[in-house]
Amino acid sequence: MEYILIIISAIFVNNVVLSQFLGICPFLGVSKKISTAAGMGAAVTFVLTLATIVTYLIQAYILVPLDLKYLQTIAFILVIAALVQMVEIILKKVSPSLYQALGVFLPLITTNCCILGVAIMVGDGTYNTQGLEPSLLSGIVFAIATAIGFALALILFAGIREHLEMMNIPKGMQGMPIALISAGIMALAFMGFSGLV
Amino acid sequence: MNKIKILLNGIVKENPTFVLLLGMCPTLGTTTSAINGLGMGLATAFVLICSNVVISLLKKMIPDKVRIPSFIVIIATFVTVLQMLMQAYVPALYASLGLFIPLIVVNCIVLGRAEAFAAKNTPLDSFFDGLGMGLGFTLALTLLGAAREILGSGKVFDITLWNEDYGMLAFVLAPGAFIVLGYLIAIMSKLKK
Repeated sequence: MEYILIIISAIFVNNVVLSQFLGICPFLGVSKKISTAAGMGAAVTFVLTLATIVTYLIQAYILVPLDLKYLQTIAFILVIAALVQMVEIILKKVSPSLYQALGVFLPLITTNCCILGVAIMVGDGTYNTQGLEPSLLSGIVFAIATAIGFALALILFAGIREHLEMMNIPKGMQGMPIALISAGIMALAFMGFSGLV
Repeated sequence: MNKIKILLNGIVKENPTFVLLLGMCPTLGTTTSAINGLGMGLATAFVLICSNVVISLLKKMIPDKVRIPSFIVIIATFVTVLQMLMQAYVPALYASLGLFIPLIVVNCIVLGRAEAFAAKNTPLDSFFDGLGMGLGFTLALTLLGAAREILGSGKVFDITLWNEDYGMLAFVLAPGAFIVLGYLIAIMSKLKK
């Protein structure tokens, strides 16, 4: 039951983009077409899950026992950068078709702050665990749900932006301003979920 | 290049928030009040100046192929220094900015300036570029924070303008960040013409 609550809370109530403001750059940058948005969402889900597992293990078995918690930021960003590179190399060899689909987005993910943000939240145990003890399993569930929330927001927003392309928008509001205001209205809609969990 | 020109370039002509549209996560996430926006802007400016100077000092020693990882390590080092300083001297601000302080590492402005400016220019020029970009970012965040705080709670920097009951709470919450920033960018690009 708690796991279901974690999932609902991470996807809808505390949506990573629309209420926590993590991963805004890809949210605004690659949301012009639904197909690229779906590719980015899939790539983030893949990397975020892997990165959370690896950084959790590093935090629990290297940083904490050696009393090196202050190196968390440096250690995590290096691990994430290396991991993204590795995933790219492995995908290229093992599954060229998946690499074709995700390839363009992988390098961008290193500087996606929702990866580092979620890794730090799970490492420190500061995410909403719904009363459970922070553990690797609930961390993974939280990471996957967060990534789904990211993909959901990105794909919905891409759908809105495809329509905006055809609208007659005042000159000063074209481009980024109107995109931000639509995102604001989407965030307003997502606020309706608050209090659900 | 003229130092004042470099400085003004970051504040006005290539303002990181209003023109380059970089570093959006902290811009939206931390500006619930003017003071938080100011704190976040200054924290980012500190990292930006230090990393710019160090990277431009080391630019001849860093091999081109491992340039990006080296830059990230340098930036992460200064972010860790900043985290320790803030925990020691301004614990309240550190707590309210929370996750966004370690996330300065992945702020596109810092890496972007390292790559676009510090890796090609002298340490002194890089210092002024870092200062200008940092101040431009701080200015934008303070403006956004002030606008949201005034609309949301009728206060700015703890000065009450009107009764809190007339404030629109949505502007302090998540949706307001997107909407206010959208209008500010539109106004700024209009003013520039």
